[in-house]
Amino acid sequence: MSTNDPSITLYRLQACPFCERVVRVLHDLDLEYRSRFVEPLHSRRNAVKRLTGARTVPAIVDKNTGVTMSESARIVEYLERTYGEGATAETATDRAGGEA
Amino acid sequence: MDLEFDIVDLPEDDHVAEGEQAPGFTRPLVNEEYWEDVPLAELLEQPPVVLVFHPMDGSFPATYVWNEIDDREWHEAATVVGVSIATPYAHKRLIEEEALADYRLYSDPGNDVAREYGVVHDLDGMAGIEEPRPAVFVLDGDGVVDYAWVAGEWPEFPPYDEVEDALASL
Repeated sequence: MSTNDPSITLYRLQACPFCERVVRVLHDLDLEYRSRFVEPLHSRRNAVKRLTGARTVPAIVDKNTGVTMSESARIVEYLERTYGEGATAETATDRAGGEA
Repeated sequence: MDLEFDIVDLPEDDHVAEGEQAPGFTRPLVNEEYWEDVPLAELLEQPPVVLVFHPMDGSFPATYVWNEIDDREWHEAATVVGVSIATPYAHKRLIEEEALADYRLYSDPGNDVAREYGVVHDLDGMAGIEEPRPAVFVLDGDGVVDYAWVAGEWPEFPPYDEVEDALASL
């Protein structure tokens, strides 16, 4: 839709801390985004699998840059590098394991 | 022979009438893969839109209504979406179990949309729970109600042929 179509779409799971981490960064950077909620069972996440090749969330699609990626640490690093003020890439050293 | 069951008459309602502007709203809209907040205005970009208010997922009328609509392939003629008080998770089950890939369902646990449209149904014996009355609204691309049907009895099912006539005459 024209008036309300943010370039960033976040695929998320309700109450998933890794997803909330990405949400916090989106808020911190004052970025508009659209949330798409998927279900806890990985087998029900074909929409995510088609996008990223994996069924884990969080995952984002950024139409601005053509980027599609998963894993919260990578996403946070990407968002800060792309939209943050200056280089704040040290967050990328966070571990990326244990995603939902 | 007497049929010993009761069809309950519902009180008069004051629903959004034909020719009136349909109230706008935004709620999570569930498809077979995920849900996201979608304004009604977004659906109106692909008119006509059929809003189907139905009892909560899991009730037999919800199953009947969606099977009938699916059999009649309303999605070929319109953007057809449901509205009930069910959670997005329950909507996902209904879509999956009844194979409703061509339809999407709005989740409105607070029943505010039904209130806006004047189709509230207070449920007897379920304290604190109200849901929409069965109702169907056909909207044109400007969001004007072209056809409206609201149940006057409980249970009552939509007059499917009438809705199809309304769609055909748009």
